[in-house]
Amino acid sequence: MTDAVDPFEAIKVVFFQECDELLGDLETGLLAIQSGSADDETIHAVFRAVHSVKGGAGAFGLDDLVRFAHVFETLLDELRAGRRPCDEPTLNALLRAADVLADHVAAARGQGAPVEPARSAGLVAELEALTHGDVAPVAETVVETVAPLPVEADEFGFKPIAFDLSSLDAPAVAEPSGGWRIVLHPHAQMYAKANETGLLLRELARLGPVAVSLDTSALPDLAEMSPEDAYLSWTIELTGPVDEAAVREVFDFVEADCDLSVRPLDSVATPLPVAQTTPDLDIAALLARATADVPAQPEPAPVVAIPFPTPAPEPVPVAARVQATPTPAATPAPAQAPAAAPTPPAAVTIRVDLERVDRLINVVGELVIQQAMLAQRVTESGLARSSGISVGLEDLELLTREIQDSVMAIRAQPVKSVFQRMPRLVREVGEMTGKRVRLVTAGEDTEVDKTVVERLAEPITHMLRNAIDHGLESPDDRVAAGKPAEGTVKLVALHRSGRIVIEISDDGRGINRERVKGIAAAKGLIADDADLSDEEIDNLIFLPGFSTAETISDVSGRGVGMDVVKRSIQALGGRISIASNPGKGSTFTLSLPLTLAVLDGMVVAAAEQTLVAPLTAIVESLTPRVQDVHHVGGHDAVIRFRDEFVPLIDVALNMGFRDTPVPPSTGVAVVIETEAGFRAALLFDAIQGQRQVVIKSLETNYQQVEGVAAATILGDGRVALILDVDAIVATARRKTTRPELKLAS
Amino acid sequence: MIKTVLTVDDSRTMRDMLMLALVEAGYRVIQAVDGIDGLETLSAEGADVVITDINMPRMDGFGFIEGARADPRYRATPILVLTTESDAVKKQRARDAGATGWIVKPFDPVKLVDAVRRVAA
Repeated sequence: MTDAVDPFEAIKVVFFQECDELLGDLETGLLAIQSGSADDETIHAVFRAVHSVKGGAGAFGLDDLVRFAHVFETLLDELRAGRRPCDEPTLNALLRAADVLADHVAAARGQGAPVEPARSAGLVAELEALTHGDVAPVAETVVETVAPLPVEADEFGFKPIAFDLSSLDAPAVAEPSGGWRIVLHPHAQMYAKANETGLLLRELARLGPVAVSLDTSALPDLAEMSPEDAYLSWTIELTGPVDEAAVREVFDFVEADCDLSVRPLDSVATPLPVAQTTPDLDIAALLARATADVPAQPEPAPVVAIPFPTPAPEPVPVAARVQATPTPAATPAPAQAPAAAPTPPAAVTIRVDLERVDRLINVVGELVIQQAMLAQRVTESGLARSSGISVGLEDLELLTREIQDSVMAIRAQPVKSVFQRMPRLVREVGEMTGKRVRLVTAGEDTEVDKTVVERLAEPITHMLRNAIDHGLESPDDRVAAGKPAEGTVKLVALHRSGRIVIEISDDGRGINRERVKGIAAAKGLIADDADLSDEEIDNLIFLPGFSTAETISDVSGRGVGMDVVKRSIQALGGRISIASNPGKGSTFTLSLPLTLAVLDGMVVAAAEQTLVAPLTAIVESLTPRVQDVHHVGGHDAVIRFRDEFVPLIDVALNMGFRDTPVPPSTGVAVVIETEAGFRAALLFDAIQGQRQVVIKSLETNYQQVEGVAAATILGDGRVALILDVDAIVATARRKTTRPELKLAS
Repeated sequence: MIKTVLTVDDSRTMRDMLMLALVEAGYRVIQAVDGIDGLETLSAEGADVVITDINMPRMDGFGFIEGARADPRYRATPILVLTTESDAVKKQRARDAGATGWIVKPFDPVKLVDAVRRVAA
């Protein structure tokens, strides 16, 4: 697929990917400076980020982006040179500039609306004012500063260029003229920079016919000659319709390192002087001299490149200069130079097409299934566990699992990419709502499957908005409540028992349970007289159609509620829970599987059905004794489990596999713990074993069924449903009456 | 003989663009991501022409050029500086370090290839 893509477009894709990384670095750097954790390198890294965005944008003719980046970069250059202090107002402007830069990138990418000219120009004016040390601009100056921008950009050399490879062979443009006499006397410096007269002559010869004469009159005796010095000069007559600029352009790299005169031929009366030592050199002969014949001449230009009759001394001036530079460590030691070349830096990362990784993951998934089937066949064949085949199969299972883990690790990515976007969001929402917010993040390096990372952005964004908009109080209210005026929102990622947990907490007012209950009742979501626990009330906000905002605000009221967040988390096999403390704040906890591909499961049977319960949820299993099972309220069973009563849920009955209950003592109770820490016992008919299963999503073909997370294919080829135990417990709890449940919690 | 150009730039975009233009013009291209990497690559593989960025992490273009010029093997290797800074100070610093010439970003592929051709022996 990528083969057919225009290479220029392909680079553009790379550019935007790189922009994402650079914008991330930019934000991280600025925040480090703000928090005081920056070192000397940080400001340079920040500068480089903006600089690189500008560089790439220039190549693609993204003018708006270039102009903005240029102004941004100019201020950063002042800061990194220490000519301007990086104070609070400056830092604020830089952070906002980073946001606008990101918007410019998004717009250039076609992923966002064009940046409002006024917003961009306002910030440009602000950045320029900071660069030049002026006072903050007033509204009028904003307008003024917009107009001269393109001019300045042009002066800087930023013009969009067409990247047309077919024009590579374009001939040099020539203006009519009679010809030129060029006198060139190189300085030693010119050769020290690897410029060579021979190449300059070659360039001139491309412009038109040349006649060259070499002046060796300055050559000293061999004994006095320094191979580092320059003694020769050339007079070149270039005939033909060539304009002066084209001639001068040949020398633009060297003009500071030579004496050069370019005069029209017709203004020079005297003909080309007969060269003292080498008359009538034609260009071919001269080129031959400039390369092959150099050893015969004490001309220092190519001494290093070719054998020289007299031993070439160490490049004293150059070496001395280098020693004075602040980067001695990186200078290769001459002693080590002739030895084996140092190995090039090891490539620590490679870029692989995601499709290839996914193909590999699929195949490994099939391998796991196949391995399980093989194991099943072997068991069925009645082979002894100690037989060679069984032992080999066990090793195979270990290896398969290792392959699987390794493959999954390829897809794992730190959540940093999502977390990095949040400071901006928090700033913006804070500004919009007039609240002062500090975002604290932790665990950015926590890794999780790429797809999970990608799909986390939306729910986290929504929950952070909610936390600021609904959770945090206004600064005045906070002070009145004896809290600091600035609210704190925490975003934390961590690994817990084979899952990734994301916590979003605020130190705001917490959930107003009376109000939540009132709204839920008003909307008919619960009965007016429903008797609900605090936890149950808190969870009402996840119900579809629930929205606490009395007026839909710009900030969090975007037509989606927490039910959408919950659904998107569930779609990833995750769960969301809330813990709220009135007056102190709320904590939302997301728990997600590390991978969407495999699961450690307990295979169980219920009414002829084979099901899989996620191992991470299971605490232990037991055979219910008749005396431990109690029926409260007539029909709801609870079981005594380590001196507490937990609800006993008959899964087969609950999921409609059968209509009549069976005596609990005939089955097995598996005690599970939900994400919220609530325990329950699930009643199955039998446990068949533990197995790693490959998750097959049902949602592409079926609607979400409550209590079912996904499906899998077992070793014997049967399809088994993977249970969503939290959902089963929640369903069961909704069906039971309340007071008895208190027993359990 | 096919000439080898070493490009030293921390920006992947820029490296790719240089690669595209230079390969199209018939050069072999090897790449390095910063000054230190550049010196190591130069030492390991050699190059007929070097194109380097100035602003890079770890070691900038000035340090790279000085390092290369300090090694007798690369005293005569043409080094072109590729940078958006067209200001005279940066250019002068690059020249002082031993740069052969420069290319102003955003580079025109025609001019880029032309500059490489001009300095390549």
